[in-house]
Amino acid sequence: MKRLLLAGVALAGLVLAAVPASAAEKLLNASYDVGRELFAQVNKAFIEKHPGITIDQSHAGTSKLARSIVEGLGADVVTFNQVPDVDFLVKQGFVSADWQKDFANNASPFYSLPSFLVRAGNPKNIKDWDDLAREGVQVIFPNPKTSGNARYTYLAATAYAKEKFKGDEAQVKEFVSKIFANVPVFDTGGRAATTTFAERGIGDVLITFESETQGIAREYGTDKYQQVVPSVSLLAEFPVAIVDKVADEHGTRELAKTYLDFLYTPEGQKIEGENGLRVRDEKIAAEFKDKFPEVRLVTVEDAFGGWEKVQKDHFAEDALLDEIYGNR
Amino acid sequence: MADPEIKSYEPMHDNPSAAVTESRSARTVLMTVAFVFLGIFLLLPLIIVFKEAFAKGVGAYFASLNDHDTLSAIHLTLLVAVIAVPLNVVFGIAAAWAIAKFEFKGKAFLTTLIDLPFSVSPVISGLVYVLLFGAQAMLGPWLKSHGIEILFAVPGIVLATVFVTFPFVARELIPLMQEQGTGDEEAALSLGANGWQVFRYVTLPNIKWGLLYGVLLCNARAMGEFGAVSVVSGHIRGMTNTMPLHVEILYNEYNAVGAFAVASLLAGLALVTLILKTVLEMRYGAELAATRGH
Repeated sequence: MKRLLLAGVALAGLVLAAVPASAAEKLLNASYDVGRELFAQVNKAFIEKHPGITIDQSHAGTSKLARSIVEGLGADVVTFNQVPDVDFLVKQGFVSADWQKDFANNASPFYSLPSFLVRAGNPKNIKDWDDLAREGVQVIFPNPKTSGNARYTYLAATAYAKEKFKGDEAQVKEFVSKIFANVPVFDTGGRAATTTFAERGIGDVLITFESETQGIAREYGTDKYQQVVPSVSLLAEFPVAIVDKVADEHGTRELAKTYLDFLYTPEGQKIEGENGLRVRDEKIAAEFKDKFPEVRLVTVEDAFGGWEKVQKDHFAEDALLDEIYGNR
Repeated sequence: MADPEIKSYEPMHDNPSAAVTESRSARTVLMTVAFVFLGIFLLLPLIIVFKEAFAKGVGAYFASLNDHDTLSAIHLTLLVAVIAVPLNVVFGIAAAWAIAKFEFKGKAFLTTLIDLPFSVSPVISGLVYVLLFGAQAMLGPWLKSHGIEILFAVPGIVLATVFVTFPFVARELIPLMQEQGTGDEEAALSLGANGWQVFRYVTLPNIKWGLLYGVLLCNARAMGEFGAVSVVSGHIRGMTNTMPLHVEILYNEYNAVGAFAVASLLAGLALVTLILKTVLEMRYGAELAATRGH
């Protein structure tokens, strides 16, 4: 009898849990993997200004999140670290096609760039992309076939080479191939590459987003590593968008817009800067001047003609990346 | 098949001299290999989990566990286990009963079905529910119009967990019940017991240790499941994150102490399971063996 009761309780639990929460003033923000600290602080500040509002966070790889949203994850807003994943939502009819015009700076309230982390004292004297192609330098970044992070690295190196060799494709390819040849292991994701570099002690330089290198230095000891910002890198946008289909269903469009707007306010920008992200607000950017060395950034649009073209020319099967990756 | 651990001891009980037929050196080599292997692959990682968890002191350990999202992950994991394990006890007994005591068409098919969760990757198990309940799937629109949330909510996590842990109880009971046969039940029936009495006073006492054993394994897996749950969870902090998922998240955030602190709880659970299992075997070893038809 007891067992039957238990089963009854369990079934009741299932049914209860299946009833959706009331439509109070709340938002679900689907965000990239390592953005937890940032959004914990952003949400706290936002809720102080807008009491009574709840903001839930879902963090995972943004491609996985985009897919989950299409399958029914009720995220009102997305704060991603890759434009193509928002474009995927556009194609599925969840986000309006001109989302990049809804918010300033291409709907990217903050940005970052592929940057370097070297061992303390910089024993191999690594300053710029040229040094990564040198013989005897071991470079660590994840596999661009599986990691969005590494795709930025690949594109940044390619953009640099394009300028250096004035667009001579053969030379660009040779240069990037040399860097790839210096990678002893290709991990599947950014976190695994960090482990390889920091915990297994492999490699002379780790390439990842600048916002990451600060977190790594913090976790593993600032005395063990130092950051090196190359002369040129690629602008990595962190796109934000209202998921129209979900927000309209939940009736949260207004709140969603207020929330994303908050990321552009001086208060929001300051929190972002403290978390290792570069911001556009001039006053706030000036405050963090020492933290972020000067760097010239090229955009995917200018250097490669947009994400769709990049996908076709570089990342599609048997495109440039496959050739270089196969050349190792 | 059901539990190789216990079975493998049996020849020693029957014939204590059987293990002594190898030469002394061979025994030493085999034992050394076994111990070194287990030490490196099981004990060492376990020690490291606890070492990393306490790397920044006891205070940091408890502070990291006292985090809102961590507490909610622990709560959710317990909730899922509390729902999934009893369900699987009921399903497991029913399935084992049907297979062991009745003859019917499709019995082999049912046995294969029960084994299915063992043979498919947990990620696929999770994906099945996405394909079934997802917004783009067959049942998705209907569920949505009725306001029922399954995917990316607690029910989805429970379903995925029930699916991957289903075989543990059933697989434990089927061989046990098969060995016992239907003699005891038939005797009880012929003496006038009704169906419930037969179950309560004859079958249940016969299978209780096997059942408990299955529950332990089922519970350990239910709390530790990662792959299937990861697919259906939606990873909403404080709402749909279970402990194993939370470990990954904390680790990815460079929060090593937090990650290993939660991992140490899971490891602790594994240790408790192991100890309970050992105690069960020590105290009721004879009875366990007896119910296994010896």
